[in-house]
Amino acid sequence: MTAVPVRTARPVAPTDDRRWRVVESRMRRLGNRPEALIEALHSAQEAFGYIDDDALRFIGESLAIPPSKVFGVVTFYHHFTLKPLGEHACVVCTGTACYINGAREILSAIKAELGVKPHETTADGKLSLLTARCLGACSLAPVAVVDGEVQGRVVPREFVARLEQL
Amino acid sequence: MSESSATTSARPRRRVVNLPAHVGPTRASAYVCEAVSCLSMQSHDVLLGLGERVAAAGLTDVEVKRVGCLGLCAAGPLVQIPETGELFAHVVPDNLGGIVEALAAAVPGGERVPEAPFFSRQLRIVTENSGRIDPESLEDYVASGGYQALRTVLSTMTPAEVRDEIARSGLRGRGGAGYPTGLKWNTVAKAIGSPKYVICNADEGDPGAFMDRSVLESDPYRVLEGMAIAAYAVGASIGYVYCRAEYPLAVSRLHKAIQAAGRSNYLGASMLDTEFSFEVDIRQGAGAFVCGEETALIASLEGGRGTPRTRPPYPAVAGLWHQPTLINNVETFANVAPIIRKGGSWFAGLGTATSKGTKVFALAGRVVNTGLIEVPMGTTLREIVFDIGGGIVDGRAFKAVQTGGPSGGCIPSEFLDMGVDYESLIGVGSFMGSGGMIVMDETSCMVDVARYFMDFCREESCGKCVPCRVGTTQLFMLLERITTGEATMDDLAQMERLGHMVQRTSLCGLGQGAPNPIFSTLRYFRDEYVAHIVDRVCPAGVCSIEPAPVST
Repeated sequence: MTAVPVRTARPVAPTDDRRWRVVESRMRRLGNRPEALIEALHSAQEAFGYIDDDALRFIGESLAIPPSKVFGVVTFYHHFTLKPLGEHACVVCTGTACYINGAREILSAIKAELGVKPHETTADGKLSLLTARCLGACSLAPVAVVDGEVQGRVVPREFVARLEQL
Repeated sequence: MSESSATTSARPRRRVVNLPAHVGPTRASAYVCEAVSCLSMQSHDVLLGLGERVAAAGLTDVEVKRVGCLGLCAAGPLVQIPETGELFAHVVPDNLGGIVEALAAAVPGGERVPEAPFFSRQLRIVTENSGRIDPESLEDYVASGGYQALRTVLSTMTPAEVRDEIARSGLRGRGGAGYPTGLKWNTVAKAIGSPKYVICNADEGDPGAFMDRSVLESDPYRVLEGMAIAAYAVGASIGYVYCRAEYPLAVSRLHKAIQAAGRSNYLGASMLDTEFSFEVDIRQGAGAFVCGEETALIASLEGGRGTPRTRPPYPAVAGLWHQPTLINNVETFANVAPIIRKGGSWFAGLGTATSKGTKVFALAGRVVNTGLIEVPMGTTLREIVFDIGGGIVDGRAFKAVQTGGPSGGCIPSEFLDMGVDYESLIGVGSFMGSGGMIVMDETSCMVDVARYFMDFCREESCGKCVPCRVGTTQLFMLLERITTGEATMDDLAQMERLGHMVQRTSLCGLGQGAPNPIFSTLRYFRDEYVAHIVDRVCPAGVCSIEPAPVST
């Protein structure tokens, strides 16, 4: 038996934060149809940096999708994160070219010096460490991205020293 | 805004400023590469700096232009003077004097490619405009012959004639499997249902492959033109480009291209004053490798989890919203316009007996000239790695070239003189895949490489079918045992049996291809496996194996 949600009024955004309007307008442009789910999640994550329970509930209600399905989708895709990131973010590419050119050494240097593994944030909330499948910048391998800035031909020790100064 | 996508993607942070368009006759030009690789090496500062320096030097007959990928990404940022063929590598924004002097002295002698083998050995069809036109300029694309093919198609050809031309060309799908494009178009055209959809698969997930990114960043209109021609040929009216979220620059250039093409009637209702209408929209992936599989891609486009389903029915018959759907890869669509312009027979005259045309490869790993290359099908691995690629870094010995991503295999030196096409790669236990080529030298351990790819497949398995979900994890654990020196020869036999089972029984290409790296490395580098298990040493010195306990 599938419950058909009866819509009385448009769902209201969790807060009056203006960023919700971006999410709402993206959903509206796609007709508030269920297939807009991934696009809506993208815009929520772009606006807030991560997707929290309120965002999931609001998007689900707006698109008439049960929370279970919203949660299933958001956790299926690696791109979405349900936790806020630290102040700075460092993404280490672990694509094949980066891997054979020493991505592993970068990760272990970060682990040794800063004590974080991929998908963790330092205790002081300063730095989140992430990994990427492949950034397509294989010619610069090994590659890392710090706060959106691509660093090519990373040398582990120098790189960790730069991260410590963030 | 965009904190999260800025963190996971190679987004250039500073605002991109456009140089004013050059007016008047041009004696010489400076083409500054602004694809992701060069951009991340500050090529945008080079562009702005050059613009200022050229203006300051009073060179009114010199044009400074943003272009797409020049190919030799290893030497970026790159600046080229097409009139003389000079190529400036590793350009720094503070030191542009040499380029300005060269521009002042340049005598136009027509465009020619630089003579280095990296360039002269290539044959550019898909990438013919890369590094020549401004990827964000519709005028530039049209001036270089863009949209001629679409105009021809809409004004003089029937859909069936277009499909015949594509079939005659012998073009095969560039996403990896090599399915004949003409055949696929015919199936969609004959399928019953309306509306029909055209999807461009730009979910380039193979690690180490960046051909599609480069094409979209360097020449987005070409892909849109190919899609429009395909839509006309199969009777579709709606198109989607499903692009990885990790490629923000590609998404933004594509977005601008869709808007500009729409304004100039190259997309939208009544295109080019005909009755044909075609709309295109972009959908971003969200970091799931399996979405490169066509049925998973469709599930994702429909807003759900990207899990594949059994085929048949193929998407050509029942795809997006169960309607007939044509799905082709970026590079396949990029081949369409030149085929229409120059004829199917021209294309069929290039390449090998079974694989026509050219293939774009992303050359990376332990090779000197990493970057993007396009060569005729049938070019040997030796030409690619040593002549074009410039050989191995640090003068080390070549060990293997990995093609086909996580579904592919490692090809050893004994096949260096083999011409590369769909069949030859399968013959040596690898796979064309989308075109990533990772060169490996003696510093790479083949068991570790197999472990790396299995780790990838294990994490990317969508979990829908048991052989893939459980099998890839078990295979990974067996490889872990080998690389840590805990395995026995029985484990090796067990791994081979399990690999065959996963290959035969998985639902989609991810699982079916996942054991390939194991099989190909076992086929050519079995001694390395045995060294790990029996001698407890890693010959390449990559895996950390505890010394064997001293028996008492």
